[in-house]
Formats: sequence, structure tokens, C-alpha cells
Amino acid sequence: MPVIYIDDQPYEVAAHHNLLHACLGLGFDIPYFCWHPALGSVGACRQCAVKVFRDEHDRRGQIVMSCMTPVRDGLRLTIDDPDVRRFRATIIEWLMVNHPHDCPVCDEGGHCHLQDMTVMTGHNYRRHRFAKRTHRNQDLGPHIHHEMNRCIQCYRCVRFYHDYAGGKDLNVFGAHHHVYFGRHESGALESEFAGNLVEVCPTGVFTDKPARRYYARKWDLQSAPSVCGQCGVGCNVLFNERYGKLVRVDNRYHYEINGYFLCDRGRFGHDFVNGEERIRRPLARESRGASLRETSADDALSRATQAVAGRRVIGIGSPRASLEANFALRELVGADSFYLGLSDAEFKSANLSLALLRELPTASLHEIETADAALVLGEDLLTTAPRMALALRQLARRQPTAESIVACPVPEWNDQAVRELVQQQKGSLFSATPGPTKLDEDAAAVYYGELDEIAGLGLAVAAAVDQPSAETDSLATQIATALRNAKRAVIVSGGNEAVMQAAAAVVRALRRAGRDAALCLTQPEGDTLGLAMLGGRALSEVVRDGAECVIVLENDLFARLPEADATAFLERTKTLIVLDHSITRTTARADVVLPAATIAESTGTFVNYEGRAQRCFSAFAPQPDVRESWRWLDALRSSLFWPTFDDVCRAMAQAVPAFAKAPDAAPSAAFRQIGNKIPRQSPRFSGRTAITAQLNVSEPKPPDDPDSPLAFSMEGSREQPPPALIARYWAPGWNSVQALNKFQQEIGGPLRGGDPGVRLIEPEAKP
Amino acid sequence: MTLDLADILKQYPHAGRDALIPLLQSVQENFGYLSRDAVIAVGRHLGLPASKIYGVATFYNQFRFQAPGKHHVQVCRGTACHVKNSATVLDAVKRALKIEPGQTTRDGAFSLEVVACIGVCGLAPVIRVDDEFYAGMTADKVRKILDSYRKKEAANG
Repeated sequence: MPVIYIDDQPYEVAAHHNLLHACLGLGFDIPYFCWHPALGSVGACRQCAVKVFRDEHDRRGQIVMSCMTPVRDGLRLTIDDPDVRRFRATIIEWLMVNHPHDCPVCDEGGHCHLQDMTVMTGHNYRRHRFAKRTHRNQDLGPHIHHEMNRCIQCYRCVRFYHDYAGGKDLNVFGAHHHVYFGRHESGALESEFAGNLVEVCPTGVFTDKPARRYYARKWDLQSAPSVCGQCGVGCNVLFNERYGKLVRVDNRYHYEINGYFLCDRGRFGHDFVNGEERIRRPLARESRGASLRETSADDALSRATQAVAGRRVIGIGSPRASLEANFALRELVGADSFYLGLSDAEFKSANLSLALLRELPTASLHEIETADAALVLGEDLLTTAPRMALALRQLARRQPTAESIVACPVPEWNDQAVRELVQQQKGSLFSATPGPTKLDEDAAAVYYGELDEIAGLGLAVAAAVDQPSAETDSLATQIATALRNAKRAVIVSGGNEAVMQAAAAVVRALRRAGRDAALCLTQPEGDTLGLAMLGGRALSEVVRDGAECVIVLENDLFARLPEADATAFLERTKTLIVLDHSITRTTARADVVLPAATIAESTGTFVNYEGRAQRCFSAFAPQPDVRESWRWLDALRSSLFWPTFDDVCRAMAQAVPAFAKAPDAAPSAAFRQIGNKIPRQSPRFSGRTAITAQLNVSEPKPPDDPDSPLAFSMEGSREQPPPALIARYWAPGWNSVQALNKFQQEIGGPLRGGDPGVRLIEPEAKP
Repeated sequence: MTLDLADILKQYPHAGRDALIPLLQSVQENFGYLSRDAVIAVGRHLGLPASKIYGVATFYNQFRFQAPGKHHVQVCRGTACHVKNSATVLDAVKRALKIEPGQTTRDGAFSLEVVACIGVCGLAPVIRVDDEFYAGMTADKVRKILDSYRKKEAANG
């Protein structure tokens, strides 16, 4: 590894980085705007200047942009030199000339990278006394708020939206003093990844529109690490709460899964937590035909307990509930009476996924991004697993880059140069789907057909991998050749059994040929795979069997069963007990409804598409009558078995061998950092005494949290927490999300202490 | 207007993204400006999103996005005119017409353009309305000249 000298001190750094990346990784603070670890360098903002010296005798030095300077052995530089400090202060003063003085009313204030960098460079007095450049803002739809006057022309938005995510409708217009970032006319942004503009933009040009309704600063938010349950990818998120409302959802970095970016479904899809449809009180009806009325928790529980006692009870689980909730239901009703709560097609595909994942290796999103060839069979990924589609797009962008920079050695981080080299070349990404998808334009070849035709194509590719022939005109041979030539290949599929089997056949053929190949199977919901691992009967059997008393856990039977079956089944049921957080057609027919906590208010474990168990923690305590589902289900038994989350998680690990490692997904509630819990609130959380002052002038005691090592408090450990417990990204001088740099082992690499979660499924050992 | 849009596009069969600027130039030559519909049609022809085309077209000062007015006013902001206070002249034109450079008045009578040098520096500051040159401009003269064009219009009905 090369050694560089910063102020005559030697440091070992990675050779393939630029100087900015290396220095930030060493813990030095250099201000920057346009560089982003996932987007590379373009040298647009001129902010990251440092001074390099020719040799140890050179005292004059030369100012260079650190993001555009490759690391080389023996390089001598200084970051803290009066010349470069003045240079950087001048740059930021220029940027601030047109930047409005609206920090107090700006939604970015408090987690603004521009604020941090302005303070870092020491620019604190404005000499510009003239009018500022102004722009007209656009309406960019329901999610993104546009405020163009705040722009500092770093080009990050277009480089993410257009280059990284393949969005077509956001671009840069004009030139010199009238550069404008937006759409060609007002209208909702079309990309599935538009929400990332909020985090990518270093200032307040693109801000989170739903979050604007709550007027909350970052330091006033109570937050906790969690997992998105909107699809099976299991992206890590931070839920942020204020005044009992979920204010915003932020990306939580996970090197192996979502990295720096989320899809909009994950970021903006959690409105149901604050929704009008939420069930906040237990409901019960006196008799069939009477209407549901609010009741007390005790009353609802005693009704439910009576209904359950001494009768055959069946339980219907849910792929959107945590493992623990499903396990608690299974324990309550017995394994024979536990049904998975998946539709017929979902049940079959989940069980097949499980069997295939136990046989063949799978790949994380990071492994997909860095693979050399990929084949998508049957799935429109932008609908079923959007973040995976973004990873595949990176594969398609990276692979020709890797080839081009061998011929013409420019560093991979030099984004502009690399794109000049790559031009319109496409990587080895192949897609076979029933109809056009947004991933098609990144694919080298596309095939449209019925699902059985797609399965046929998969089998043909597998056969062609087994027996490479000279004939290259067929699509199957073309795909097979690309997959065989790849060092690492990924096959993505899901949904349909025949197509999944064909995908598995391709992976088997590649492995027979001694290639490194992995199978990725999408799952429709956050815990579909976990539910299959827990095991239970198919929902179609329940219609045949029927029961006197049925407990439905966070599920809507009308979404899983054919209409007639669901109606007939519920007609025959004497007592229907439903646990859910929002009104559904099933809760409307229930005799007792127990209000369940949403994912943002509960602690639980979810298993993603690769079999990785991940822990989500409650960002805020639910309202008094709302409880986590496993708590309700535990209370339905004659005596309390599991007072805390760790008890139910441990009981599950003992009872179900597949979940033996599930408790390791995150530290247990007993974890302490220097004797302290980890606070969910920042040290400068404000209004603590005022929030409930209209009810009682005395400040209430914060809720206890026996389930996790996190506390509903601003008091606790000030140390950097272990990766599974990071509740916010903050470091001294870094209030914005860029503080993440300080949490990683290497910038853009894994988190310090290893990325959270634990893989529960290990494929059978094979070469 | 000699050709319609379809004819222009026909001159660029199987064109790729490299044909974008020549195509936009011929559209502007024919229509005097790039209409929204024209941009979308060009985008469809080349397989480029409208945002990309506007991105390219707005980068260059020479592309217009509004139909030129009946009378095209050019204000010289070259060095000589600048020294002779053409900034005030431009300001006067903007006030008189209530538009910014690159725009057209609502009634479609005037459009305004700023040019770098008309080439008659001896007469600075200069404006040009259609094919007429007006020398030694002041704010007052500008108003009178523009009024005379308005009156002519009114007289012609």
C-alpha cells in the first residue's frame, strides 16, 4: 500500500482511491460538495483543495483538488496550510453569494452539508451586498420539494438521478450564472429512486415534502434503526419521530444491502404509521351483527381469552409481521393449527425459495453490484424489489467500465473520464420478462414472453452453459457465453415456480462448469422468507378445515384468498380475533380487534430475501392501548411467558432450529455501553418539558424500554454505538448525513464493527 | 416557414444523439424558435427525453423557446456600446416592453435579444429593430422608437 505524508507524518492508504477519499478515511476533515463515495469525483465544486509538495524540500507547494488527485506513493501534502485555507474560504464565499439567508426556515437546516462545510471553512461574514440570483421553483410531485435558489451547482442531483439511477426527467439546464436543476416542466419525478435526492443534495434544494408538514429539526427527532418491510430486500432505514408522529424515513447505511440509497417505496411508503386508518383502541362487538365498539384492553383481552380457551383455535400468520409475532401465534395455537397467511402462489414460491436457498448460494445487493454478469428471469424488479434493480443497473454500468479502464488507465472514481470512455456500451445484463420494464435500457439483450417461455429460455441457457457450442446466433447461447465468461454471475428470479426452477438450473449449470454463480430470489414482503422458515400450513387448507375460533395476525384474508373462499371461511368462523395496525376488510368482520404496533413502533426480527435476519427497533413507544403483536398473543395465554423481547426471541431460537442464530442479529437488551443505554434522542433534543405541557406541567417519565438496549431518552452513552444500534449519523462538525463517513471502517465500505444482521441460511457446502 | 416539422425530421433518418444540435438548428431556422411540441417530436425521433434536449438547448444562448415577435429588437452589449452605457439602454427596452431578453411580448409585437456586437461601434450605443439600425441611443430615444413601431402597427390595423 502506498504511503502518503500529511504534514510530514506518514500514513498508509489504499492505492485505488483519490486523495480526498483517503484523507477523509484517515479521519481528516476536508470540506467537499460534489464528491460522493458512490458517485465518484467530477471536480465541480473546487472546495476540497489541499496543497501538495514536490518533495520534502519543496516549501512552496501547489494547490490541487484532492478529489481529482490520485494517491501515489510518497505524495506529500498539507491540509491545514494558510494558502489552502484561504482558497477554500474564498470558494465557499463565492458559493454563498447567491445562497439565501433562509437557514431558519429551510427544511435542511440542522442536517445541511453546506452549513457544516461553511462552518468548517470558517466563512462567517458576508461581504456581498447586492441582489441574489433567483429562480422559479417547480412542483416535483408529492415527495420532493424544490427550492432552486439554494443551489450551489455541485451537480450531485443529476449525477445520481440521471447517471446512477437512470432517471430521464431530471436534468441540468442553462449555463454559467443561470444553471438550473429540475424537470423540463413542472411535474412529479418519475424515478423510483427520486427520494434519494433529499440525501444526495448537500443543501436544501431537494427536501422531503411529506416531512415538511412536521417542522422538525434533525436534533429534535427521536429515531431508531429499523428495517423496511415493503419488499423482501430488507433495506436498512432510520425511522424518525416527533410528537408521536413518524416524521421521516432516512436511509441507514448497510454495506451489503442498500448502501447509500433507498427506493421511494421504502422512504415514502410508511405513511400508514400516522394514517387515518390506524386502529388505536381495542375493538369488540357484543354479538354477530352488532357493530364494533371501542373497548378497554382488559375487556378485549378477556373476551379473546374466553374465545380461545378450550377450543380448537387456528392462527393465520403474516409475512408483514415480525418473526417473533408469528412465532408467538404458532406457540399459542400449536404448530398443527398454524397457517402461513400467504396466498397459494406466494406459499409455493416462498417454500421453493427456501429449498433453493438451502441448496445454492445467494448474493447480497453489494455482490450483485460487483458481479460481472446477470440474468433476470421473469421479474419486473422495479416493482417487486426496486433496490435490487438499482444494484443491477450498477452492474451494467460498472462492467464495461472495468473493461475500458484496463485499456486506458483512468481511475475508476474519475466519473467524467470513465463515462467518456464507456460511452453507450452496455454491461452483461440480460432480462427476460413478460413485458417491457425500466431495466430494459440497461440490458445488453431483452426477451419478452409468457412465463413458460421465459422458463424455457432459462432452461435453454442452462443447456447452453453445459454444452457450449460454436453457434452464437441464439439468445440463449449469447447469454450462456456471457455468463460463462463472467468471474461472478448472478441469476435473479422470483414469483413463478417454473421460472425459479429454470433460474436454479442456470446456477447449477454454471457451478458445474466451475463458475462462481449465485441465485437471488425476490420475496414480496419483509418477512415472507422468515415465515416459510418458521413453517406452517397453506392457507388454502384453512378454507377446507374451518374452525370455531380464528386468530388473524396482521393480515387481510381478502388479499390472500379468492373472494368467495374468504367470505365463506369467515362466515363459518364463530369468533374472529384480528391483530392489526390499520383497518382492513378482515378487521371489519372481526369480533375482537387488538391494535398492533407498526414496524416503526415495534422491536422484531425480519428475514430478507437472502435469509439475513435483521432486527428493527421501535423508534417511539406506541400509544397506551397499542401493543406489539407478540405481546398481545403472549397475554392471550394463561400466564405471561415472555416479559421482554429477548425472552420471546430466545424461546424462538430454541424451538425452531432454523432461527438458532436469530438472537445474534443485534445486541440483546442487556447490552450497555460503559454502563449506559444508547439514547434514541440527540443530546440537544429540545422541548422535552413542553411537549406534553398542555396535559400536565410536570414532565412525564420517559417510557421504559425493556426490549432493547436503546432508551427513549437523550441521556445515555455518547460513544459510537455498535452498527446494529446506530440511531442517527452525527459526528462533531458533521450534522448532515455525510457524518456517515465517521461510522465506516473505510469510506464507502462496511460499518465499523461489521454490518448488522446475520445470515440464517447457509447453502450446502459445494465447490 | 418553408418546411413543416415532419419534413425536417425526414432529413435526418436513423439519426442518433449526435444529430441533436443540427436538428435543433434546422427547426429554429424554419420556425424561428423551438416550440415545446417541436422539442418533444425531436426527442421522439432521436430517442432522447425532453429534459435532455432542453438541457442541451438551454446551454446555448442562440436557441429561443418563444416565437419571435413581429418586430425583433436587438440590443448591442459589445464593448464599445457598454462603454457608452448600453446597460441603461437595455434596461429602458426591458421596461418599455416589459420582457426579459429571449422573451416575446404578450401581444407578439416585439421580441428582445441581447447581442455581443452588431459591428457599428462608431455609432454606439446601438439597437437594431428588424433591419433598421438606431445609433446613439438613450433611454428616452428608445421609448420614442418603440412607440413609433407601435403607432405604425395601429395605423396598419
